[in-house]
Amino acid sequence: MKRIERGRQSIALLALFAAGLAAPLLLSDYTNELALLWLMILFAVTWDILGGQMGYNSLGNIFFFGAGMYISAIVQIGLFYDVGMYTSGARTTHISFSDLQYFSGLALGMLAAGIGSAILAAAAGWALFGLRGPYFAIGTLGLAIAAAELVASWEWVGAASGISMPVFPGNPELQKLFFYMLFFALGFALLLFLNWLYSTRFRLALNAVRDDEEKAEAMGLHTRRIKRTALIVAAFFLGIAGAIFGNMTGFIEPRDIAFPTTTFNIYMVLMVLLGGKGTFWGPVVGATVFHIIKEATWTYFLGWQYVTLGLLIVIIVVYFQQGIVGWMIESYPHWFAPKPASEESDAYAKASIDLAARPEGSP
Amino acid sequence: MSEAVIELKGVCKSFGGVTANNDVSLIVPRGSITGLIGPNGSGKSTLFSSIVGYHPIDKGSILFNGREISRLSVPEIARLGLLRTFQTTRIYGKMNGLENMLISETQRQVGVFNMFAHGRKEAIDRAERLISFVGLYPKRFLPAGSLSFGQQKLLEFAMAMMNEPEVLLLDEPTAGINPTLINGLIDRLRSANIDFGITLFIIEHNMRVIMSMASKIYCLAHGELLATGDAESIQRDQRVIDAYLGAH
Repeated sequence: MKRIERGRQSIALLALFAAGLAAPLLLSDYTNELALLWLMILFAVTWDILGGQMGYNSLGNIFFFGAGMYISAIVQIGLFYDVGMYTSGARTTHISFSDLQYFSGLALGMLAAGIGSAILAAAAGWALFGLRGPYFAIGTLGLAIAAAELVASWEWVGAASGISMPVFPGNPELQKLFFYMLFFALGFALLLFLNWLYSTRFRLALNAVRDDEEKAEAMGLHTRRIKRTALIVAAFFLGIAGAIFGNMTGFIEPRDIAFPTTTFNIYMVLMVLLGGKGTFWGPVVGATVFHIIKEATWTYFLGWQYVTLGLLIVIIVVYFQQGIVGWMIESYPHWFAPKPASEESDAYAKASIDLAARPEGSP
Repeated sequence: MSEAVIELKGVCKSFGGVTANNDVSLIVPRGSITGLIGPNGSGKSTLFSSIVGYHPIDKGSILFNGREISRLSVPEIARLGLLRTFQTTRIYGKMNGLENMLISETQRQVGVFNMFAHGRKEAIDRAERLISFVGLYPKRFLPAGSLSFGQQKLLEFAMAMMNEPEVLLLDEPTAGINPTLINGLIDRLRSANIDFGITLFIIEHNMRVIMSMASKIYCLAHGELLATGDAESIQRDQRVIDAYLGAH
């Protein structure tokens, strides 16, 4: 029965892969929207590692997104020019990147963003995982806000006026497709990676921390190591996502693009709650539904979009806490749960029924 | 009597001005079932918490296999093979019974990459054997939080067994379990001790249970060791009777 479950999961992943490849061809007018959809999926799925599987509600995951964005920018520029000169407002020299410089810089920048964010996560985890519950949430939020303010006053990286990223060498259509493919590849790699990771003991360990961390400690689990690993995984993918997003928009600045604590940062939580936290497909479904709702309201209710968004938050939190996939698991458990083996044929079941049925006082 | 696996020497612990344990010295012999009794608030659970490292002790020393452990953290002590169960049962509520068992495997020789190991066939076999040992096999795919209190207690005991501890500290294992199940539980505790060779150190209010199992019983009152002896002599000890009836 375990094998059937794994088989179904593989088919679903394969279908998603096909859909991801076909989407920009079928809906070529919406390539940018679809790229953002993969970013939303990345946000939701990485948030769920801690918030859903491990029960640690982080409000600072956007920190690793922004950190990756800036690390990538510094690498891409710093490989060929002086960063301080490049970002200087008084700059007069004309700067351009050759094709080779652009693509090699981007590749190295993305790699550095992933690794750099992971290292920052190891350090942040060391400091933050002493906190629990609401203190952890506020501590992580503080990290993101502090990072935004620090970068906003750091002249070398352009301070609050930001950095214009190297320009993509190609026509706009090609550019859209290119960044779509980057997001798609990263998002799908994340799903494949988690599909493997959640099949190991690590998922049980995350769930144990979620259900009762003190018990997990009492049983000798390396809880700190587990928590830090989870944060590092999330940060690695968020860092690369930040690098891609910075290049896709072409311009980065700290408060609204790199560390947007009140938009992307809140969407992460919202999408996971909408889809169903602690489930594999919940965040993916939540991100997709949310992205469609958001784009529709931004298009048809412009001016009222934040009101609609606020209402959506209230409705989810009050009436629909288990989320879409959570609701499905509750309503149709036989689709998801392994079937219990028939009890008569089962030696263990028999033995334990015998034991339980023993009358009082028998030896 | 065989050598001590746990040895406490002059352990003191106070919270603010309240003395919870004062100068407690005791020995848990290897392979024994040792009891710890005392009226409510006499410092039994505090003593257990001190032994497994929940809080630093103020004075004294705690030896486990001759090694000082009073400065180690909870997970470190657990990995040495000294485990406790809780008075208020603690299991992983949203995980099913089998998952609860699998994550309770011993962490003694665990390297970094073991975190990512797949569930081994032997581990699953052992988990299923132990979960049927406590009579919960038919319920192994239910969320552990949906089990009754008594069943959760049994599951917690099975999880402790899964961890292959050398010593198991049980905080009121029969509290809240119906009398029919208590007999089954006593059998299983005995079996854990004899067949699996686990030393048991048990806090218990149910005198019938502790008197029938423990070879040696310590009695605490007001945080101090009041009396020591086998079941017979403890039952006849006037100081123990006074402590339970409220005389000072």
